[in-house]
Order: sequence, then structure tokens, then C-alpha cells
Amino acid sequence: MFGNFDFQAIVRGWHALIFEGLAFTLEVTFLAMIGGTILGTVFAMMRLSSTKPLAWFAGAYVNLLRSVPLVMVIFWFYFMAPYIGAWIIGAERPVQVGAFASALITFILFEACYYCEIMRAGIQSIPAGQANAGYALGFSYWQLMRLVILPQAFRNMLPVLLTQTIVLFQDVSLVYIISLPDFVTIASKIAQRDNRLVEMYLFVAVVYFALCLALSYVVRRLRARLTIIR
Amino acid sequence: MEKDEKTGEKAPPMILLDKVGKFYGNFRVLSECSTQVAKGEVVVVCGPSGSGKSTLIKCVNGLEPFQEGEILVNGVSVGAASTDLPKLRSHVGMVFQNFELFPHMTILENLTIAQTKVIKRDKAEAEQRAAELLHRVGLHIHATRYPGQLSGGQQQRVAIARALAMDPICMLFDEPTSALDPEMISEVLDVMTELAQDGMTMMCVTHEMGFAKRVAHRVAFIDQGQIVEDVSKDEFFDHPRSERAAQFLSRILHH
Amino acid sequence: MNYNWNWGIFLEASPDGTGSYLYTLFLGTRWTIAVSLTAWVAALVMGGVVGTLTTLPRRGWAMLGDAYIEFFRNIPLLVQMFLWFFVVPEIVPEVIGTWMKQTPNSSFWTAVVALAFFTSTRVAVQFRAGILSQARGQMMAAQALGMNMTQSYCYVILPMAFRIILPPLTSEFMNILKNSSVAMAVGLMELTAQTRAMQEFSFQVFEAFTVSTIIYIVINMVIVFGMRRLERWLAVPGFSIDRASEADLRGGA
Repeated sequence: MFGNFDFQAIVRGWHALIFEGLAFTLEVTFLAMIGGTILGTVFAMMRLSSTKPLAWFAGAYVNLLRSVPLVMVIFWFYFMAPYIGAWIIGAERPVQVGAFASALITFILFEACYYCEIMRAGIQSIPAGQANAGYALGFSYWQLMRLVILPQAFRNMLPVLLTQTIVLFQDVSLVYIISLPDFVTIASKIAQRDNRLVEMYLFVAVVYFALCLALSYVVRRLRARLTIIR
Repeated sequence: MEKDEKTGEKAPPMILLDKVGKFYGNFRVLSECSTQVAKGEVVVVCGPSGSGKSTLIKCVNGLEPFQEGEILVNGVSVGAASTDLPKLRSHVGMVFQNFELFPHMTILENLTIAQTKVIKRDKAEAEQRAAELLHRVGLHIHATRYPGQLSGGQQQRVAIARALAMDPICMLFDEPTSALDPEMISEVLDVMTELAQDGMTMMCVTHEMGFAKRVAHRVAFIDQGQIVEDVSKDEFFDHPRSERAAQFLSRILHH
Repeated sequence: MNYNWNWGIFLEASPDGTGSYLYTLFLGTRWTIAVSLTAWVAALVMGGVVGTLTTLPRRGWAMLGDAYIEFFRNIPLLVQMFLWFFVVPEIVPEVIGTWMKQTPNSSFWTAVVALAFFTSTRVAVQFRAGILSQARGQMMAAQALGMNMTQSYCYVILPMAFRIILPPLTSEFMNILKNSSVAMAVGLMELTAQTRAMQEFSFQVFEAFTVSTIIYIVINMVIVFGMRRLERWLAVPGFSIDRASEADLRGGA
């Protein structure tokens, strides 16, 4: 069964796997988390805004992207980006966008929809009295949001935001379908080159499992702490 | 008259608690609780909130495990590992503070489900018994409705009927009126009073001192997990022996 | 931007000889629906069982359920598909491995199994929440009537838990539909894969992806509509989920 398990295959590919593949995945995850949270918060404020077109636009965008497979969205951005790039700089032919930038833009725009729904729930969970108290003190809308509502919403939703980040971390593996050099793609390339599929995919599974389990443990600790404070 | 005769009887008690003790982890909830309920007797258990009275009554049918002492129901030990608890419970009716009707079943189904699934009555017989009992609590017209469509008082009367449908040898009441709006309390107490007058063996955790005065034979007063007083009704109301019981009574009666 | 729009492309024959491009998208849609539905039924059953296990008073069962959930949700779906497709046939006894590799439509079954395990963890978590939301009172009431553990779960706890978690289950159903597109990585020619193929052969990127996006949205709407119907059909008169959680809050206070 595991008789011909070749541990050396992993050792040989170690450097590329970790410092290229996993590093790419972690970088995209981290930057998309930050970008997605910021953009998601903006979308959430738009959805809750009393300006109808803003609310409508954000709602349509979020609902559209949430009903389409991520794989499909990845293709959309992958094929569209060169055309949009050309349109922006006024070039005649589609321009090439780098792998990293393409992945990052896709995940920020896609995950923003999920972060948006979380932040929207977070903002709505803050009692109306808080907004009234803020306005009574003479805050403007932006001051109210920045100083009163968003910090509380963000704090309450931190565990959920992090859980979504675990999902994002797993989702990044899907860039495999457009062959961007993430953890899975690099592993599969080595696997095919050395004909060591079992070793490579097991290694990938173990690494993902360990990292996700650790992260979800952090989330659980955080949730417990937040409940006590509240 | 009849009641007094019954308390005097020397038959083995229906419910016997012998030095029952219970812990949650290191926290002691009950200690050395001993009391008994004879056949046909009505015992009211009262005490301040958090005193452990709800826990105590749930020990009687084994819904709460206990670590010390022994409880016998009709001679069967509740704590013994060999006891078939589901079988024992099917003879012991229980009514809960929050009714706990099954929301996805009609009133009739609530009354028949345990009859058909636990004591294997056939459907027609179970429905017949259910209809009788719904009549008795005055709710037969609601048989096809769902619990959520009934008022709290009505739900609790259904819950009593549900317990009676199993033809229990005794009934346990766990604060049956404390989740009710004031105007609904009496309809539930009326059903319970009638039940007591019919000779049902009852152990009731309740704050309703009027009910206790009317139908109880004995009152057990429990405080901080201990049964402080366990005396006849008259003695309890007229001459409470302990300081704590006297305080409790004055607080609950004078407001 | 000089992109040549050509909506007529859908009626042109696809190079794989099966028919028009529109027909290949139809074939893809059929696979997508087949994978999603099969995996959904399996995920519901598996998730229901595992979710129930995690609520049992026996610590052993609860730990087993928790381990299952942690295992199958902490590995990306794509990697799980690779494990079922490439790794499992190699590490099981050879007879079974060969059988797995030679089964017709092996990429379909791989996708179903991987999606079912992956989604069942999320269904299990919902079931657990649905069961625990009923507090201990319902369980005690069932037991006080003499029901044993199995009866209490079958007649009292699970029917209500299922109703309570129907709304979140709807979004898990939609997730399985969306996640079925990952199956293209193990060679299943489902909707996304067919769209990608059409784009590769015809170079009509936007037409291909627009149409399949619309197909996904339509299937999504059918799911939402169907689940709403189911919710209404199973609705308990006089009982609303809001009220249940409200009662839960009061009970907890």
C-alpha cells in the first residue's frame, strides 16, 4: 500500500512547493483578505445606504457574483482582464496582465461579496441607539461609521470574517484551472514530472489540513474570548 | 376526608427519596434530600429560585442524574444501572415549565405519539384515549391544531393531557404555571386541582401557595439544595419551623 | 477594443462532433445537474447522520463526528477531488483500485463522492445547530414520555431540526451547484468545462461565458424556488423560526 511511498519526492520538491507555491497562495490569501474586507465594507455601507442607486448597484453586484461558481468567475476575470486593460490604456490588442495581479484582482472582487454580507450583518447588529447617540453628539455620517459603528461591527464579526478567510485560503487553490503557480499547481507539476501523484497530493492535503485546522482553532479561541467580553 | 385517610395509610410510598445528593462538577446542587410521596398523596415542593427544586424533581424520573443516595418509584430504583429508564418514565407523567409540546405535531398527535410508539397501543385506541383526555381538559375542539396556535394556558393543559394519556401511576409537575401570563394560571391550576381530587399521586414544584393550601397534603421546603422542612400543609402554613421557610412565606404571601 | 461579437456562434457545430455549441452547453448542464443532485442527496444523509452524532451524550460518538467534520472541511475541495481520483485508487488494495480506475464515468463518481463528503460537513454543522437550538426541554419531554434516545431523535428532535435549518440548507444546495464546477479539474465535462472548451475552439469568450453564467443563475433560481416551496409545505402552523430562536434566547437568559 504505502510500500513504495517515496518521501524523497517531497524533499526534492520542497523548495518550490513551499517558497513558490505555498508562498503564492498565502500572499494572495492575505492581500485578498485585506482588499476584500475593505471593498466588502464599502459594499455593505452602499447596500445599507438610503441612496437607492448605490444600494441597488451593490446589491446586484453581490447577488450576481454569489450565484456564479468561483471557477466561472476566475475564467471571467482571466479572459476579461486583457480586454479591460487594453480598453483602459487605449491599446489596439489585449494586454497581458500578470498571473499574480490577475489572481489577486479576481479574489478581491469575488470575496468582497462574502465579506460584504458579513459586514452588513455586523452593521445591522449594532443597535439603532448607537447611531442616534452618535448623531446626537454631532458626528457626521462618516465620523459615525468610522468611530462608532464600524469598530463595533468589525469586532463582533471578527470570527466570521476569519472563518471566511479560511474559505478564501482554500478557494485560492482553484487558480489551478488557469495554471497560476499556486501550491496545488506547483505540486501537480512536480507530481506529473516525477510521476509521484500519491506523495504530492497527500503532502498538499496534509499541509492544507494543518494550516486550516490551526486557523479554525484560533477562530474558536477568539470566539470564546469575545463572548466572555460581551 | 378521603385524602386524610390516604395519608394515614401505611402502604409503601409511590416515590421515595433517600439522602439524594447531586453535583455539577465540584458544585453541590442537592445534598441529603429525603422525602416521600404516598399513593394518592399530593406533595408540594417549594423554595426560593435556585434552591434546586427543579433539579430535584427531574431526578425523580432520571432526567437528571444524581450521584448520592437512592430514589425509588413504585419500588424501582431510578439510579440503578439495570433499570429500564424509558419504561419507568412511561409510567411517570411529567409536566414542564415551558410546556414542551412538540411543535411539528398536532395536539392529537402530541397525545398519541408516545402511546403508539412507546407503549404500543394501536392507533384507534390511542386516539380514543386522547379524545377523552382532551375533553377532560376542555380542549377537544383544538385537536387538529398545532401547539403554536394555542395560548400558553391551553398548551399547558394539553401537556397535562399528554402525560395522562400514558395512564401514569404518578405525576411530576415542574413549575407548571411560572411561564404563564397571570390570567392563564387558574385554568391550569383548576385542571391540577381536579386531578388531585381524583386521587392522583402528585409531586409539584410550584410557587402557587393558594394551590398548595387547597390540595396539598404535605409541603416540602427546599433551600440551598437541602430539604429544610417536610411537614403537613397546615403545619407549614401555620407554624413554619425554620427561619428560612417563615421568611419565604412572608415574602411570597404578602405582596 | 476590437472584439468580434458573434452570437450566432451557438448554432455552429462544435469541433468535437457532438452537435452545435449550444448542444454541448446543454450536455454540460446535464452533468452539472446530475452531479449536484446526486451529491446533494448523499450530503444530506451523511451530514444528518454526522450532525446527529455530534450531539449524542456518548463522548466517543461526538468525538468521531467532530473528527469527521474537521477532516473533510479543512482540505480544499479541489485537493479532495485529486485525493479521490489519483491517490485513493493507489493506496487501497489493488483489486479495488483497478475497479475504481475502470469504472465508467469515474470522474463523475469522483466528483459526487468528493462533493458529498465536503458538503456533508457543512450540513452536519447546520444539523448540530438545529438540534441544539431546541434546548434540552424537548429532549427531556420526549424522554419523560418514555421514549428512548432513538425515538426521541426520530419523532421529536430531528423533524424540527430539519425544518429549522431549511433556509441555511438552501444556500448549501446552491453551494454544491457552484462547487460542482470544480469537477472539471478531474475531467468531467460539466457546464463550466464545456464553456471553457467552447471558448478555446471558437474564441468567443464573452458569448460562451455569458450564456453559461445565465444558465447557472437560472438553476440557482430554480433551487431557491423549490426550497421555498418545500419550506412552505413543511411549515408548522403557529410556529415561526424567529419565535423559536427568541424562545431559545429567553431560555438561555
